[in-house]
Amino acid sequence: MTQFPSPDRTMANLAVAEALPDILPPIRRRGPVRTFIARHPTLVLGAGLLLLLVLTAVLAPWLGTLDPGALAPARRLRPPSGNNWFGTDQLGRDIYSRVIYGTRASLMVGFGVSLLSSLVGLAIGLVSGFVRWSDGLIMRAMDGLMSIPPVLLAIALMTLSRGSMGNVILAITIAEIPRVSRLIRGVVLSLRDQPYVDAAIACGTRTPMIIFRHILPNTLAPMTVQATYICASAMILEAILSFVGAGTPPSIPSWGNIMAEGRALWQVKPYIVFFPALFLSTTVLAVNLLGDGLRDALDPRMVKGV
Amino acid sequence: MSNPLLQVNDLVKHYPVGRTLSGRPKSVVHAVDGLSFHVDRGETLSLVGESGCGKSTVGRAILRLVDITMGQIVLDGRRIDDISQASLHPVRRRIQVVFQDPFSSLNPRMRVRDILAEPIRNFRLATGQDLERRLGELMDMVQLPRDSLGRLPHEFSGGQRQRIGIARALAAKPDLIICDEAVSALDVSVKAQVVNLLQDLQRDLGLALLFISHDLAIVEHMTQRIAVMYLGKIVEIGERRQIFGDPRHPYTVALMSALPTPDPETRRRRVTLVGDVPSPIDPPPGCRFHGRCPLAGETCRRIEPDLRQIAPGHWAACHLDDISAMTRDATV
Amino acid sequence: MALLEVENLQTHFRTPEGVNRAVEGVSFHVEEGETLAIVGESGCGKSVTSMSLMRLIPPSAGRIAGSIRFDGRDLLGLPEREMRSIRGNDISMIFQEPLTSLNPVLTIGYQIGETLRLHQGLSAAEARAKAIEMLTLVGISEPARRIACYPHELSGGMRQRVMIAIALACNPRLLIADEPTTALDVTIQAQILDLMRDLKQRVGAAIVLITHDLGVVAEMAERVMVMYAGRKVEEAPVAQLFKTPRHPYTRGLLGAIPRLGSSLTGRQERLAEIPGQVPSLKNRITGCVFAGRCSQADEICRTIAPGLETKAPGHFAACHQALREEAPS
Repeated sequence: MTQFPSPDRTMANLAVAEALPDILPPIRRRGPVRTFIARHPTLVLGAGLLLLLVLTAVLAPWLGTLDPGALAPARRLRPPSGNNWFGTDQLGRDIYSRVIYGTRASLMVGFGVSLLSSLVGLAIGLVSGFVRWSDGLIMRAMDGLMSIPPVLLAIALMTLSRGSMGNVILAITIAEIPRVSRLIRGVVLSLRDQPYVDAAIACGTRTPMIIFRHILPNTLAPMTVQATYICASAMILEAILSFVGAGTPPSIPSWGNIMAEGRALWQVKPYIVFFPALFLSTTVLAVNLLGDGLRDALDPRMVKGV
Repeated sequence: MSNPLLQVNDLVKHYPVGRTLSGRPKSVVHAVDGLSFHVDRGETLSLVGESGCGKSTVGRAILRLVDITMGQIVLDGRRIDDISQASLHPVRRRIQVVFQDPFSSLNPRMRVRDILAEPIRNFRLATGQDLERRLGELMDMVQLPRDSLGRLPHEFSGGQRQRIGIARALAAKPDLIICDEAVSALDVSVKAQVVNLLQDLQRDLGLALLFISHDLAIVEHMTQRIAVMYLGKIVEIGERRQIFGDPRHPYTVALMSALPTPDPETRRRRVTLVGDVPSPIDPPPGCRFHGRCPLAGETCRRIEPDLRQIAPGHWAACHLDDISAMTRDATV
Repeated sequence: MALLEVENLQTHFRTPEGVNRAVEGVSFHVEEGETLAIVGESGCGKSVTSMSLMRLIPPSAGRIAGSIRFDGRDLLGLPEREMRSIRGNDISMIFQEPLTSLNPVLTIGYQIGETLRLHQGLSAAEARAKAIEMLTLVGISEPARRIACYPHELSGGMRQRVMIAIALACNPRLLIADEPTTALDVTIQAQILDLMRDLKQRVGAAIVLITHDLGVVAEMAERVMVMYAGRKVEEAPVAQLFKTPRHPYTRGLLGAIPRLGSSLTGRQERLAEIPGQVPSLKNRITGCVFAGRCSQADEICRTIAPGLETKAPGHFAACHQALREEAPS
């Protein structure tokens, strides 16, 4: 059925659609950086804070600090002042310097644990998601590991080995592995059911390539998010271990150590505990903000503003 | 007589559901229960049925994405259901698939170039310059611009994504493409584009298609032969003219009359089936359709009907010789 | 006066890439007891239109403008309290996916009774009796036993019947059905369509049927409105629309669907294609929204947006090219 325009069509008798006003103010198009900040404020705030802390740790010697281990018996338990910004402890050590250097211990444990446990957990999760018969075995072992409170597990492991930074990281990593492997296994199982994985199998792609090309890249997002949460919990765990004396050796300043040493004087000299606690909570907050931000930014199901 | 391209004999697929502590399945889903059909070179066979009838399982079994419980799948005279992964590899090249969902059937992190190159590399069909030329050819075949090879799937619309899926299936130069609801998720106007594209490609490349769908109108438009499935069984199979002109199974009739026609002047009285499809965990005895069949008699409740030949190439699994009572109602 | 009168409805959304003009200047009316189908492809704004009628667009996401008069009252001007008393009571809605629209932890009897207790102040016992009555009405056998069922214990077709029972419980005057049968199998779809037709006769509610399926439109509707890219492009009584579609888009849609029985007539035609893609709604479109895909489009179409004009009695189309049937003089 073909129809031709009416011969009498002129500008005068055209039906013209009524012009309608805009009912929403135009969306301001910002630069890519400002758009990113506007869309992911928590991510930017968390990443910014964390970057600041990393810089603090790296640049500790140039931040007006003294030797964190230097004893000064003459200047014991001084309250905060121009000389000692955060005061001194019962051995006369400068708390400001110790807290700043303590950032290193915390971040090292946080990053170390999240990296190690992610890698190991990823491997375990992939194996148990892909090798059917191993799944039951591995997951029951993980269940067993998860049923032990992580602090107890870490304390037990620390008492078996000498106290060193490496052992602290190792102990906490073992406690965190089940969480990552469970997550990765779940993600692998759901990815295996994706039609694009079936299509790849039908395309003749062999299992190792299926894992590396189709499964692995799609596990990275949830794993990164999980890694940040693990980083935060590892820092807290490190502080707890150090606080109960099963963590970082006393020769290395860490926030947990400083708090442990100030514990007895908490009611009279609260500043000894206050400053490391403040740094610890700020750091954990920063990492958690980063994690929340990453989760929102990486989750494709989160469609913002329809 | 030469072999058909694909021959499926007495295919059975049971899925275990739930496990007791001793590891035995609590119950079994009879997804496919004794299915036989063949696909000739260059022809289209449609498997049509409602959700849960097992039509997708058939496709997955042929692709060896699931292991079958019993039966045989024969490609070009060779069984492929029991061969090792290594000898399966060259067979995979010959059978490709296009899935329903244009969004989840493409890896979101891979560029079109890599998606299309994957089968070509896997089967060592081309490298270097040849590969590049082949990629361009494939894009032309599915009518996508060559310069979009570098883009990611999310930059395309649903219809364009489905074209990429088709190009991936074509990349391996297969003999048979299984289209598992390949156009069902698309909008009307885009669906027409993709249907036409599939038909053109089939004609030009001499492909055989196994077209799995729930949409009878598209099936009629696309195919030469049709197999109607109900609860894991073929209830009727035949040439298009036989199925649409002279349906011999009450379910086929009901399925056709249930489809709303885009023509308000022929609002028909439908044969509306009562009730739902029974559970494939515990399929009813006798004819599986008897609970919903308006013509079911005593025999139907007790004895399971086998496929009977009605005319050359036309088979139906129904005890009744005359089901015109249904069609009469339908056209009132 | 019509039951529902919508004038120049606009629904715009905020997106990071700009304002999405999902619905742009749509006007229509629904008479008491009639069925109006709104048909179009995904993204044409048909579902957004139905959400806008119920004012279900959160202010943080976007804005609705224009006027929606239900029974003479402007819904867009009502305070939220009064709107709540209209939703589910005077106007109710059925959605596509009955599983996600039902609360999985409450029995269906409770969910049917909930609206009755809320809107009509029925006691628990009265609500229960009415729930059983509603289940009988929508053709569910053994209703007294079924009201204690949870949604997952029912099949897809049964759940959609329950949704209809909930929607009709308060005797609404307008029922908005958004793709009510799209998620269902054809034989179940046939049951639900039969049920809806039958119920319409008995309950007398007007229906706004949102669908992409022209077959469903042909079977259910009295009047049809075709939407494309947020605009209404054509409106006509159902028989007339299918017989003499005026807008090139409608003609394209009708040509693109395969017809059952086409192989028997011997004329196995190629499906008509509408080339190209739906334009992005994030930029203002000058001229006709369909011009980019239309074979008849000329310079005028590309520069001047066509308004709806009467092409035949009761038949409107927004197209500069479509033939006008001269009124008999």
